[in-house]
Amino acid sequence: MHQTANSDAGYAGGEADPHGHDSHGHDPHLAHHFETSQQQFAAGKLGMWLFLVTEVLFFGGLFVAYAVYRSNHPEVFVDAHKYLDKVLGGFNTIVLLLSSLTMAWGVRCAQLGQRRGLVWCLTLTLACASLFLGVKAVEYTHKWDLGLYWGQAFVPQAADMPHGDHEHGPWLWYLCLPAVLATAGYGLKAAVHQARGHTQAAAVAFCLTLTALAFFAGVGAGKAIPALTGQFLAVEQDTAAHAAAHRPLDLSSRPPAEQLVIRDPEAASGISLLAIFFSIYYLMTGVHVVHILAGMGVIAWLLGRAMRGEFSGQYFSPVDFTGLYWHLVDLIWIYLFPLLYLIH
Amino acid sequence: MTENYLTHDMTLRSWIVTLDHKRIGIMYLAGIMGSFLLGGIFALLIRAELYTPGKMFLTEDRYNVFFTLHGAIMTFLFIIPSIPAALGNFFLPLMLGAKDVAFPRMNLASFYLWLGGAVFFLLALVLGGLDTGWTFYTPYSTTTSDTVIAATIGAFILGFSSIFTGLNFIVTINTMRPPGMTWFKMPLFLWSLYATSIIQLLATPVLAITLVLLTAEKMFHIGIFDPKLGGDPILYQHFFWFYSHPAVYIMILPAMGIISELVSVFSRKHIFGYRFIAYSSIAIAVFGFLVWGHHMFVSGQSPLAAIIFSALTFSVSIPSAIKVFNWLATMYKGSVSLAAPMCYALSFILLFGIGGLTGLFLGTLATDVHLHDTYFVVAHFHYVMMGGTLVAFLGGLHYWWPKMFGRMYNELWARIGCLIIFAGFNMTFMPQFLLGTRGMPRRYARYLPEFQSLHQMSTIGSMVLGIGLFLAAGVLLYAVFKGKRAPTNPWGSPSLEWTCSSPPPPHNFEHTPTTGDPYDYSVNEYSAEEEGYVPVQK
Repeated sequence: MHQTANSDAGYAGGEADPHGHDSHGHDPHLAHHFETSQQQFAAGKLGMWLFLVTEVLFFGGLFVAYAVYRSNHPEVFVDAHKYLDKVLGGFNTIVLLLSSLTMAWGVRCAQLGQRRGLVWCLTLTLACASLFLGVKAVEYTHKWDLGLYWGQAFVPQAADMPHGDHEHGPWLWYLCLPAVLATAGYGLKAAVHQARGHTQAAAVAFCLTLTALAFFAGVGAGKAIPALTGQFLAVEQDTAAHAAAHRPLDLSSRPPAEQLVIRDPEAASGISLLAIFFSIYYLMTGVHVVHILAGMGVIAWLLGRAMRGEFSGQYFSPVDFTGLYWHLVDLIWIYLFPLLYLIH
Repeated sequence: MTENYLTHDMTLRSWIVTLDHKRIGIMYLAGIMGSFLLGGIFALLIRAELYTPGKMFLTEDRYNVFFTLHGAIMTFLFIIPSIPAALGNFFLPLMLGAKDVAFPRMNLASFYLWLGGAVFFLLALVLGGLDTGWTFYTPYSTTTSDTVIAATIGAFILGFSSIFTGLNFIVTINTMRPPGMTWFKMPLFLWSLYATSIIQLLATPVLAITLVLLTAEKMFHIGIFDPKLGGDPILYQHFFWFYSHPAVYIMILPAMGIISELVSVFSRKHIFGYRFIAYSSIAIAVFGFLVWGHHMFVSGQSPLAAIIFSALTFSVSIPSAIKVFNWLATMYKGSVSLAAPMCYALSFILLFGIGGLTGLFLGTLATDVHLHDTYFVVAHFHYVMMGGTLVAFLGGLHYWWPKMFGRMYNELWARIGCLIIFAGFNMTFMPQFLLGTRGMPRRYARYLPEFQSLHQMSTIGSMVLGIGLFLAAGVLLYAVFKGKRAPTNPWGSPSLEWTCSSPPPPHNFEHTPTTGDPYDYSVNEYSAEEEGYVPVQK
């Protein structure tokens, strides 16, 4: 019985296995029901691709909802996107692209059996993801401070709050709390393991501490970049005629609050269609964030295994498959960014 | 006696954490049958209430809850997982000569997700019941009681269970076929499971996101579906049917696969038109994605869209008819034996024929306006889903029961059970076609006195049907404990699942078996000593 508890595809632990692994005992990662490791790898790879297909269709529903509402109310989307900071969005796009690069590099390292390189690549991938979340936290909380919620909760109070000196709500602090706890927890864990001489566990905890710290770097970037570019809620300067037709949307110029509410002429009650844009925005980016978090969990698990040197040129499928997933999450953002931030 | 998958470890723990596809299939079977019982009790209560035009024992609100729970439980908990998760799990690896499915842990996870989804459904039941109908149509579902949330979360979880099963099957069939088994040497049941899995994989995620949106609508009022907030309730219907129409093919395709096996084995004749049946499964899966709009002919969609959806709906009948004609041609000049599984297969062909042809009435734009939301629709989909899928499932259970439990059922009583089910079924649902054409709307607790005689016939039929189902269940359960020991191959099928002992050993096959044509009946001959078939000695 060479089966290890960490064997990936299939038959690990669980059930007593009288069948034995005599015929292929040399490969501890080959599950009992596969003939060869090539077959096992092919099955895993196909399984991962099929999973990605389901992910695309899952997001597909959201993209359809987006398309339906955008085609029904194009003017709402054109107006609404101005509340999103495209510089921050662009920054996050670059961060995620970078994380895809480090992930792909990590797969390469795993295939070549470069343990150190793999650990660094996975750590950098995690850090980029964390940075992305930090920026996203600033973006979300800024909108919540302005009352730009989803659907029925949408109560824009922004007009009464000039840009730059409005009161920050507590939201950002709440969102930072998990990162604070993670930093403290993993930092402590790293110290304790180091003190006890568990160098591998200490190194993993150290990498995760770095990851948590990257969140604050993201928050910092989210705060600093708009200040530098000076256009947190900038209005696009359209042609003069076009601009005159627009309501003033620059919140810093203090339009009356009710002007922010674009009313549906066909609906009897004055409902804000901007709210639907924000519903879609929060849903699409929120579901994407959930996928980032799930991916981070898996990568952190890979990190521990990589540190123990479990991957080699013969066995790297978990890194490979996670990489595929990570690229898909990246790809979805590549579509979300222009669809939400860059509307014309 | 040699050790088999049921006896090699009898502890409870060995079942709870088992990775053996056969045990997972058995656990699924138990869970699914429990749901069927629950859903069936609701059905009988509904029918009993409808015995008179006025109130018998259910208030209107209770009635709404009961038909909703009947539909939701039967759809999500019973019929979608039924054949793939129970029989498919058990027999797909055996038919491939494999030791297990590609991802055994994911397979177990799929079962526990099913269980989790079932818990949420029971929660909805306990919390006072769901009254939206199984379709959760907005805007009603966003304004009625919050039990909708429990049910949608349940359906969401069940969706992932279904995706896991489908993903596992596709990968297993693609990568684990034994040497010599090309795509066109697979048993047709595997083709149908493959087509089913494609649908599960492509359609279910859309349902998942729809249910996420519905839950968000209900909890946070996001305004995507709620017209009060500027949302579009028709969009919900599009999303819902984009899954739920293909889902009816998730239900019927595996049943068609079973019938392909049964008709050939019990006619002792090579299946007629193998490739046509195989391709028609894929064609049904593909066409199935393009016809969802026919549920919405009266919901408000453009006339052009309605015409296109109607035309595409008719096109689905082509691959379905190809299958039926091929089954009939297989029987032609075969030596047909009317064992219980074959009785079920013949019932299937007749009932599915009626169900399929009445579907054309509903796919026609003009007649659908009249028949939409009447008992005609109810009768139509019960003919397809119950007369089709359930009857095929029962046929498959009888056919494979000797392999699953190593015991033969009582042939006489099994045939009587089949006969009672057939009679009861027709007595229940044939009157409903008449009710529907005469204008009796579905989902009503009360009705005009002129409909009473037909309703009473239907109610009595449902009781007969119930008796038949209990009899069939009794026959099968009795066989498990008291049945005659089954030979390795009681029916003479050359398919691989019949080459390992009954019940199969824990790891199915010592060595990957060699394969030939799964419908070549000359390779086995009857042995009176074995009371079953053995390979011909060359």
